[in-house]
Amino acid sequence: MPANPRAWLVTTARNRAIDRIRRERTLATKTRLLEVPEATEDDVDETTIPDERLELIFTCCHPALSLDAQVALTLRTLGGLSAEEIARAFLVPDETMAKRLVRAKRKIRVSGIPFRVPPALELPGRLGAVLAVVYLIFNEGYGGRGDLSEEAIRLGRALAELMPDEPEVHGLLALMLVNDARRDARVADGAIVLLKDQDRSLWDLDQIAAGRKTLDRALVLGDRGSYVVQAAIAALHVHEPQDWHQLALLYDELARLTGSSVVELNRAAAIAEAGDVEAALALVNELDLDDYHYLHATRAELLRRLDRVDDARAAYDRALALVHSDAERRFLEQRRAELQG
Amino acid sequence: MKYLLLIHQGDTPTPHTPEAWEALSEDERNAVYAAYKAINETPGVTPGVPMQPPEMATTVRVQNGKTLTTDGPFVAVKEALGGYFLFEADDLDAAIEMASRVPAAGMGGAVEVRPIVEY
Repeated sequence: MPANPRAWLVTTARNRAIDRIRRERTLATKTRLLEVPEATEDDVDETTIPDERLELIFTCCHPALSLDAQVALTLRTLGGLSAEEIARAFLVPDETMAKRLVRAKRKIRVSGIPFRVPPALELPGRLGAVLAVVYLIFNEGYGGRGDLSEEAIRLGRALAELMPDEPEVHGLLALMLVNDARRDARVADGAIVLLKDQDRSLWDLDQIAAGRKTLDRALVLGDRGSYVVQAAIAALHVHEPQDWHQLALLYDELARLTGSSVVELNRAAAIAEAGDVEAALALVNELDLDDYHYLHATRAELLRRLDRVDDARAAYDRALALVHSDAERRFLEQRRAELQG
Repeated sequence: MKYLLLIHQGDTPTPHTPEAWEALSEDERNAVYAAYKAINETPGVTPGVPMQPPEMATTVRVQNGKTLTTDGPFVAVKEALGGYFLFEADDLDAAIEMASRVPAAGMGGAVEVRPIVEY
């Protein structure tokens, strides 16, 4: 491991960039003989240290690197975490993480991954990869390791500052801020607490407000994608009373953007909460998610509300057969035991 | 940077698979020829030599000094190399862009981009 991977990454990649600039200058010098010269001599000011974070993150999240490597490089170079800290966060041996980083840096160098912000034409796809990495880091943290969530939010803030005109960047930051604001209320005595049962006094209201403000910024920019819609959903979920009609519409929009059956399942839950349990059940019955315990848990809940007790019990049994987490198993067993008849 | 672009045909129709090839319209077939011609004429590209299809390959191994030959390519026919060319480019992004222009990449095959060792 080099002592400072950030320097390593920047140096090799930047050297290539400098080579390119030199080549372009040589070309410019040659063509200047043929053309009326423009004042381009001092375009590259080498006395100031430019903010290279944007080039860095696009290099770290290049699609030619594996997702694991993208995550590790991003945390190492932009987050400033040590290889050991990243290893602990992802529950892999230190040596594995060190090798992963060395291999990733070698691939950047040997395969010629450029150190630059992608051109406009490629930007949407490449930005998607960057946002996916940051959101993955956030979700690792949301699953329990809070320091990673904070790290992801820091990265999200930096991206919003560096790319102020990208709605999805603000959308992701808003989504992380609103969800993270509920972190302390999400788990009690080692069990997941559902949103409707959460202790509101544990919510960070300032952070929710900051998330809403960031979401407004994204909405003003227009052209919303899946992160903006997810942030809008998260913001509506912490608004009381919850507007389930609006939520169902947003889940519909999100399902169309992502093509995800899991999102359709959430849409069904919103439709049920909005009052149309029959329609929700019809939607759930169409979904191809037979191995997903939430599908059966949701079906069971809908059947219970329709007083179809036997069907509900069967659905709970199916969910229980698929569930892995003890906390969720206890929850489902309790719901099943509460069925009357 | 120099890259070798290895074309894996996969299910891509080629003149070596007449049934699939004839199923393409004349415009589609001409577009394939035109795309390969454009690639070969791009500055920085060194075209590879045309290869007979993988079915024509013979694979050779030497075990205990004895030469063993088998019919067909080393990997499965669908995974076998269909063609290749060299491309000198500024960086991997330029090589990826070039790879995306190879017709096979969009017709059921794929292109592997391999940096060349430079001394």
